[in-house]
Amino acid sequence: MKQRDIKRLSLILLFAPFALWIVLLIVLPHLGMFYISLREKVAPRTYEFGLENYINFFAEPIYWNTLIRTGSMSLLVTVLALLLGFPIAYYIAKIAGQRSRGALFLMCLIPLWVSDLIRAFGWILLLRETGIISSSLQWAGLVNTPIEFLYNDATVIMGLVYTVILFMIVPLVSTLDGMDDSMIEAGYNLGGNGPTVLRRIIIPYAMPGIVSGCIVVFMLTAGSYLTPILLGGKNSSWFTEQIYDQFITRYNWESGAAFGFLLLAFTSLVVWGGLKLSGQTLNSTVARS
Amino acid sequence: MAIKPNTAFLASYRIYVALFFVFLAAPLVAAGMFAFNDSQFPSLPWQGFTLDWFFNDSEPKLGMFHDRRLLRGLYYSFVIASCVSLLSVFVGTCNAFLFVRCRFPAKDFFYIMMVLPLVIPGVILGISILLLASNIANGAEEALSLDLDFLRPGIVLVVLGQFSFITTITSLVIIARLKKFDASMEEAAYNLGASRVRVLRTITLPFLFPAMAAAGIVAFLVSFENFNTTLFLVGSEAPLTITMYDRMVKVGSTPVLNAVSFFLMIGSALLALVSILVQRDKPQT
Repeated sequence: MKQRDIKRLSLILLFAPFALWIVLLIVLPHLGMFYISLREKVAPRTYEFGLENYINFFAEPIYWNTLIRTGSMSLLVTVLALLLGFPIAYYIAKIAGQRSRGALFLMCLIPLWVSDLIRAFGWILLLRETGIISSSLQWAGLVNTPIEFLYNDATVIMGLVYTVILFMIVPLVSTLDGMDDSMIEAGYNLGGNGPTVLRRIIIPYAMPGIVSGCIVVFMLTAGSYLTPILLGGKNSSWFTEQIYDQFITRYNWESGAAFGFLLLAFTSLVVWGGLKLSGQTLNSTVARS
Repeated sequence: MAIKPNTAFLASYRIYVALFFVFLAAPLVAAGMFAFNDSQFPSLPWQGFTLDWFFNDSEPKLGMFHDRRLLRGLYYSFVIASCVSLLSVFVGTCNAFLFVRCRFPAKDFFYIMMVLPLVIPGVILGISILLLASNIANGAEEALSLDLDFLRPGIVLVVLGQFSFITTITSLVIIARLKKFDASMEEAAYNLGASRVRVLRTITLPFLFPAMAAAGIVAFLVSFENFNTTLFLVGSEAPLTITMYDRMVKVGSTPVLNAVSFFLMIGSALLALVSILVQRDKPQT
C-alpha cells in the first residue's frame, strides 16, 4: 500500500511540471488564439462573434495567395533540401571513414549554432550589388556592371534551403547509421544495380528519417520570418510577414490571430497529408527517440 | 564501405560533398571576415586588418565592446538564455522520468503533445502566448484593477515563449540518456539498503548529468539565437538578435555587426564543443 502511494505521489509530482508547461504555454494560448480569431470588432471595446476575420481572408486574394505561395515555396524548399541533403547524409553515414565521419557530422552542425540573422547577414554580404560575388565577378572581368543577386525568389529559396538543410541531414544520418551494411551488400549480390538498391532497399529503410526531416523542414520554412524578409526584401510576400503586419503595424490582433490559426491549420494539413501518403505516423518519425 | 561504386562516380561524389561544405561555410566566412576589415562598409575591397570594430571607443568606428546598446542586448540575451536553460533542463528532467519510468493512461498521446511544440512555427507560439498574456493582463486590470506588469511584453514573456519549445529539445536529449540507464544499478543500491532519495542523488542523477549539461547548453544556444518567437514578445529589454536586426534595418549593415557575428560564432562554437565533450562517455574503469 505504501509503495503504491509513493508511486502515485511521484507520478503526480512529475506530471505537474509537464501539465503546467503544455496547458499554460501550448494548449491555452492556442485555444485563446482561436477564440480571439472568432471575434470581430464592431465598435471600440465591443466585440461580436463571427467568421468575419476568416471571410476577410478569403475575400482578399492577396492574403490567400500569400498563404498558397508560402506553402508551395516551402514544399519546394523541402524537396530541394531532401535531394541535396540525402547524398550528404549517405556519405557521412556510409561512405566516409570512421574518423572523418564524426568531423563531417560536426561540420554539418556548425551553422545550426549560428543565429538565422547572422546567416542571412552573411548571404546579404555575399549577394548584394556591392557584395563579394558581384565585385569578384567584376574584378575577374566577367561582367562590367554590378549585379544584384538579392531580392528574388531564387535567392529566397536558396537561403531557406541553407537555413533548414541541417534539420534534414541530422535525422537522415541517424537513420542511415542504424542500417546494416549487409542489407546493401545483399541487394548487390542478388543482382541489383545502384539505382535499384537505392530505390528498393535504402530509401524504404530511411523512410522514417526522410519523413521526419521533411516535416521539421517544412514547418520551419513555412514559419520562418527573417530569411524571406532579409533576402527577399519588401516583395517576398511570406505569410509570417502578413501576420507580423496585422499584429504590429495595424494592431489588428483579431485578424492576426485568424491568420496565425490559418497558417497553423494549413501547415498541419500538409504534414498530415504527407504522413498519410508515406504511410508513417507522427510517433514513428518526429517523436521517435 | 557499403557500396562499391566506380572511381569516377566516387570522385564526383566527393567533389559534391566538398562543394556542399563550401556552401555551408560561405555566408559564415563572409559575416566573420569583415569584422577585421578597416573600412566603414562590410564590402570589398579589403582595406587592411583592424581590431577597431571590437575595441575602438569612438565614432565613426565604434567597436562592439564600447557600443552600449549592443552590450545591453548581449546582457539581456545572457539573462534570458540562462533562465530558459535552467527552467527547461528542470522540466526536461521531470519529463524524462515521467515518460521513461512512469506508467499512466494515454501516454502515447501525451508524448506527442510533448513533441508538438517543436513543429509549431515559432511565430505562432509567439503570438499565441502574447494574446493569452495580454488578455489575462487586461482582464485583471479591468476586473480587479490589478496591474500584472509581467504579462506585458518583456523579459518574462520572452523567457516563457522560448521555454515553451526549448523544453521539448531538452526533454528529448535527457529521455534518450535515461533510456540507456541500466536499472540493475538502482536495484543493487536498493538491495544494499539505500533510500530512494539517496539512489536518485548518488546514482541516477550523476548518470544523467552529462545529458542535462548538454541539454542546458543546447537550450542556452537556441535561446540566444532565437528570433521568431522573441520578436512578438519583446518589450523594452531587447536581446541581442533583436538589437542587431533593428540596427540592420535602420542603420544598414555596418562592420560592427560583423564583429558581433564573429564574437557570437566563436562563443557558440566553444559552447557546442563543451556540450559534445560532456556528453562523450568516459572510458569504463
